[in-house]
Amino acid sequence: MGLELYLDLLSQPCRAVYIFAKKNRIPFELRTVELLNAQHLSDAFAQVNPLKKLPALKDEDFILTESVAILLYLTHKYKVPDHWYPQELQARARVDEYLAWQHMTLRRNCLRILWHKVMFPVFLGESVSPEMLAATMAELDQSLQLFEDKFLQNKAFIAGAHISLADLVAITELMHPVGAGCQIFEGRPALAAWRQRVEAAVGEALFWEAHEVIMKAKDCPPIDPTIKQKLLCRVLAMIQ
Amino acid sequence: MGLELYLDLLSQPCRAVYIFAKKNRIPFELRILELLKGQHISKEFSQINSLQKLPTLKDGDFILTESVAILIYLSSKYQTEAHWYPSELHVRSRIHEYLGWHADCIRSIFGAPLWIRVLVPLIGAQVPEEKVERNKAAINGALQKLEDKFLGCRAFLASQEVTLADLMALEELIQLFAVGYDLFEGRPRLAAWRKRVETFLGAELCQEAHGPILNILEQAANKTLPVPPPEVHPTMLNRISRIP
Repeated sequence: MGLELYLDLLSQPCRAVYIFAKKNRIPFELRTVELLNAQHLSDAFAQVNPLKKLPALKDEDFILTESVAILLYLTHKYKVPDHWYPQELQARARVDEYLAWQHMTLRRNCLRILWHKVMFPVFLGESVSPEMLAATMAELDQSLQLFEDKFLQNKAFIAGAHISLADLVAITELMHPVGAGCQIFEGRPALAAWRQRVEAAVGEALFWEAHEVIMKAKDCPPIDPTIKQKLLCRVLAMIQ
Repeated sequence: MGLELYLDLLSQPCRAVYIFAKKNRIPFELRILELLKGQHISKEFSQINSLQKLPTLKDGDFILTESVAILIYLSSKYQTEAHWYPSELHVRSRIHEYLGWHADCIRSIFGAPLWIRVLVPLIGAQVPEEKVERNKAAINGALQKLEDKFLGCRAFLASQEVTLADLMALEELIQLFAVGYDLFEGRPRLAAWRKRVETFLGAELCQEAHGPILNILEQAANKTLPVPPPEVHPTMLNRISRIP
């Protein structure tokens, strides 16, 4: 058994891992774990990742979780082109800087937008107060501004002239609010142009293949009540 | 101008950077910015880091933020001892696995008690009791995962030697301990791990780096902490509102 990747393309870090592996022609077995069916909470998956989170990687006996760790593992193991994670000290530091910054900012904001706008009201049938939604939107707006001003500036990509892991992690996050119906690129021409460059660098077909699930998230049918109970306690923190 | 580090030792990631630089005898100019006095939101510092966050590194013209990025930069540039950030694929992956989880699941929870017990009263704000209780439960859950999943039966979090992961984790745990959480009580594995990390770092360096935070409750009781000026209140209130 070679490399196995446990993913659900509904999840933004899973999309980053998927696009990265496909784009770099890394051979892997796709193990889909359906988050909305609570498959990640199953005993079977807990054997792979006791934290019950996606993505997860299994390479023979070696199991690895956390998307950034997985992306870096694949980068080193498969000797992908240098631009993904540059050897040059300062360019690499820019990638590391973004990958650290995004956790409590864009990652948090983009996830919450999807859940506040779509997953709680449509899928789980739980209401989200207008005040909370407004606060989430304001936080996202602030993070987008910082992303443009501080990380993108007038560069083609976050680390300079070429796409890196940082851009991939960023774009897969930003497609979450897009899937939730937010026009985040409108009125932000620099951000929109960057998105186009990332899409072109990844390849249009692969980009949209990876984002097909999230673009249909608004149409997901209401959840089965027994599964809802399992999921709700895990996601409740997002509306507290 | 050589390497400059902008730090406040009341901040956990700042302490990690400080300890790392000191332990590895990396020469640097220490630029202290007092968060409680709002020195990080000054115009002058915004020119250096528009995110207005600490720690920040300045190396000639190169400015870098985010503690993990700074630690990796320093370990590469100064070729620190390999155990901190080994090039061996599996150990390095374990470090990043921990740091990823740490960023999502530890940072957001473990910082809260300092706010709840010290900083919130300092500006006359309040945190609802249900949030306080929720935070305690979240901390207990995360500590359990830290012990079971990340420490397991290893000497350190990612390998049998000290790595960047241990340093980042220690500073979060010390923060909790400093504000009165008896987190090592009843957790012998975690207590033994702390002892191993601190022994490696050396008592003197630990005392120097941890002194200010370990005194914070006493300072708060004696009212000797700086009272944050009004211009910092909005960012502080924003942070308080984000306590889950």
